[in-house]
Amino acid sequence: MTQSNENLPKISKDKFTVVGGKHDQTDQLAAKSVSFWKEVRLRFMHNKLAIVGFFILIIVALMAIFVPWLSPYSYREQLGVYNAPPSASHWFGTDDLGRDIFVRAWMGARISLFIGITAAVIDLIIGVAWGSIAGLVGGRVDDIMMRIADVLTAVPYLLVVIILLVVLQPGLLPMIIALSITGWVNMARIVRGEVLSIKSREYVLAARTLGANTTHIIMKHLVPNALGAILVTMTLTIPSAIFTESFLSYLGLGVPQPMASWGTMASDGNNALDTAPWRLIFPAILISVTIFAFNAVGDGLRDALDPKLRK
Amino acid sequence: MNKMPEKILEVKNLKQHFGSIKAVDGISFDVYEGETLGLVGESGCGKSTTGRSIIRLYDITDGEIIFQGKDIHGKKSAKELKQFNKDMQMIFQDPYASLNPRMTAGEIISEGFDIHGMYKNKKERKEKIGTLLESVGLNREHANRYAHEFSGGQRQRIGIARALSLDPSFIIADEPISALDVSIQAQVVNLLRQLQKERGLTYLFIAHDLSMVKYISDRIAVMRRGQIVELGTADDIYNYPVHPYTKSLLSAIPLPDPISEATRTRIPYEHEEVGDDAKSHEVFPGHFVYGTDAQVKQWYKH
Ligand SMILES: Nc1ncnc2c1ncn2[C@@H]1O[C@H](COP(=O)(O)OP(=O)(O)O)[C@@H](O)[C@H]1O
Ligand SMILES: [Mg+2]
Repeated sequence: MTQSNENLPKISKDKFTVVGGKHDQTDQLAAKSVSFWKEVRLRFMHNKLAIVGFFILIIVALMAIFVPWLSPYSYREQLGVYNAPPSASHWFGTDDLGRDIFVRAWMGARISLFIGITAAVIDLIIGVAWGSIAGLVGGRVDDIMMRIADVLTAVPYLLVVIILLVVLQPGLLPMIIALSITGWVNMARIVRGEVLSIKSREYVLAARTLGANTTHIIMKHLVPNALGAILVTMTLTIPSAIFTESFLSYLGLGVPQPMASWGTMASDGNNALDTAPWRLIFPAILISVTIFAFNAVGDGLRDALDPKLRK
Repeated sequence: MNKMPEKILEVKNLKQHFGSIKAVDGISFDVYEGETLGLVGESGCGKSTTGRSIIRLYDITDGEIIFQGKDIHGKKSAKELKQFNKDMQMIFQDPYASLNPRMTAGEIISEGFDIHGMYKNKKERKEKIGTLLESVGLNREHANRYAHEFSGGQRQRIGIARALSLDPSFIIADEPISALDVSIQAQVVNLLRQLQKERGLTYLFIAHDLSMVKYISDRIAVMRRGQIVELGTADDIYNYPVHPYTKSLLSAIPLPDPISEATRTRIPYEHEEVGDDAKSHEVFPGHFVYGTDAQVKQWYKH
């Protein structure tokens, strides 16, 4: 089959007018250059819920730092007024040993936040290493590593916790171990998914054709592009660790007296629910509000990072 | 072609299998210095796999690829590898996925010479970036802009500048215009032709239809299901196609004239099994068709 333009009728050029076309070589870029992270920040700041969460977290952090420091009472001091309701001198009331709940609550904030953040950092370290090796090496190594992760999450969690309780004295260490023992698996899965997807993108192929070695690809391409997902996962790990800490405190795995975490305070207060409800209510409110705030910030970050919303 | 130029690339019986998928199943062709070889075939026929095997992104299953006289999949010293990276480059299909969203245009373009340490100081680096940007029709001042600030066509120009950054002699362009607006496709094709003239580049130009390829290619290879079914000069392929698959592809090109376009009929392709004795037949000098003796004879008569 032959199709050539020669047998077409000739149409003279002046019968055509230019109605405009897309000109590609232009200087028509926005006046200001916006980096990816700057844009993320702008988008995050447009998210009201996320901003509320962000400020709540700042307030919680400031209170945790300053209240135990500036308060006239210490968290372990027994003041001789037992189960007193909230008043001008004891804003959150006192507990059955006559300790000020306001100062204990913010002391507890330190412990709960410490536990949450430590668990998240441990997840980060193990999860990122595990997930990125599995994703980068691939093949059988990937299979074996991800099967190990699957097996870990398949073991009944409470069984692991009870064994830990038997072996170790309740305290910070077993709590953090209990939180981290399976917590990193989620991070590892997310990082592996990111690595698998990024490593086959064309910009990574381009880097390889330019002669880039593995270190270059990790530092210039994988890390900057996976950072967002890692950050979001970490922000969402903290509230779930705080929640699990409270739950484990009910099982008796919480930090020992006279130390306090929100979880141990709530679990203590639970016993006096009809006589001194403030002992449960205040730590419970703090737990909920903080978890809400972390989730709002995490979701806000995820939305701000989502490339599908990017123009 | 009157005088035979040197072969820059020889592909001999290249096979690339992914498990049971035979993405490329024994293809052979040569590319001559300074020419553009169009590689055409529908999506999934193995074009990208061919390109990526040639540029060493994949380890090949079987066959031989010789570039500038050297087997590219043979053992290489670090120095030879570096030289290979400089001599052969690739332009990618997707102007979005091919630029790292966390990098500026300048960082993307300079990645190659950052890796190879090809500048003495910041000023020289900046100058190189500026020159490259201008050579692809972009503005020097765009070096600090992030990829997402550019249009599809502009992004593809950045990808072209990156491919040029190491001053290669051979460029594999993997559907460089398929993802662009029709109005911009011609601009990018013209840019590629102009760069070819200025720099004496050789192209392997991959496309999924024949419409744009005829403007840029000297010769065309038609690929189907991991095999090259027909190869010849662009004129021969257009005017005297032999393989029914090539005829079908040609019939799919829209015509610029409404009268002939109205009567254009698409020739459906009916696949004929080729037996084990199928081989490449040279029907005219330099015009090859893949099939059995009987098939080629019959196709040729039509
Ligand atoms: N890395 C891979 N692993 C497995 N299969 C692949 C891979 N790359 C390509 N393929 C398969 O090989 C075939 C050819 O793909 P490709 O070369 O991308 O085609 P084209 O570029 O012509 O559209 C397709 O069936 C595709 O699914
Ligand atoms: Mg392709």
